[in-house]
Amino acid sequence: MCHQSVGLIQSIIEKAGIPTASVTLLREITERVAPPRALFVDFPLGYPLGAPNDAALQTRIILSAFEMLAESVPPAIIRDFEVLPPQDLSGAD
Amino acid sequence: MAQLSDLKLAYQVFMKAFPYRRVDWRPGARLSKRLREACVAVVTTAAFFKPDQPPFDTSIRGGDYSYRVIPLVTDLSTLRIAHRSDAFDMCGIASDKNLALPLDRLKSLAEEGVIGSVAPRHFSFMGSIAAPGRLIANTAPEVARMLLEDAVDAVLLTPV
Repeated sequence: MCHQSVGLIQSIIEKAGIPTASVTLLREITERVAPPRALFVDFPLGYPLGAPNDAALQTRIILSAFEMLAESVPPAIIRDFEVLPPQDLSGAD
Repeated sequence: MAQLSDLKLAYQVFMKAFPYRRVDWRPGARLSKRLREACVAVVTTAAFFKPDQPPFDTSIRGGDYSYRVIPLVTDLSTLRIAHRSDAFDMCGIASDKNLALPLDRLKSLAEEGVIGSVAPRHFSFMGSIAAPGRLIANTAPEVARMLLEDAVDAVLLTPV
């Protein structure tokens, strides 16, 4: 139900004229509530910014969400957060 | 990871069949200035409240649609949690409130010049609102008005 609440509050703030971006842990719910911009993060419920006491990860998720703010809507956007940063992927072999 | 299929069966059945509400937000707003000039606020549904505020009422049928104002100056470690949902693991937000209300992260981003400033007021709801009529009609618009009063340029929202 948190995801419906976030989507509804987000939509009302956006309608009032302030651009919004949310994090979602449950893509299926957010697709149905359809707020303007949501970043899907593949973490467990209760962990919207990834992990406690991990400032670097939390900051990367925040900035990924903010990147969506400049984008024009509609339609509603749901983007995937890339869990590993690009430099980690390049050295993954 | 989180998918509906990870939840308890009773939640899966409830959440799949639930008639989710939508609010028409079109045409949508756009960030009118650069992020490094923007004032940012957070709205979370983690049910945080300050020790001097009443806890959320977990007994209200349909869910407690009220909110708590969390001033920027709040020491996050003093915040309490009153969430009625047992669908999620509360350990993370209990050990680090920034996991849902990242005021320390935003302060650092403002100091680094990545964002312009952090708003003076942030907002905490308890997300378990199955009957959101009064959230939509009353409390969410109140929060939107306060964000406008504070000249907030962008809002980050986090569920739990």
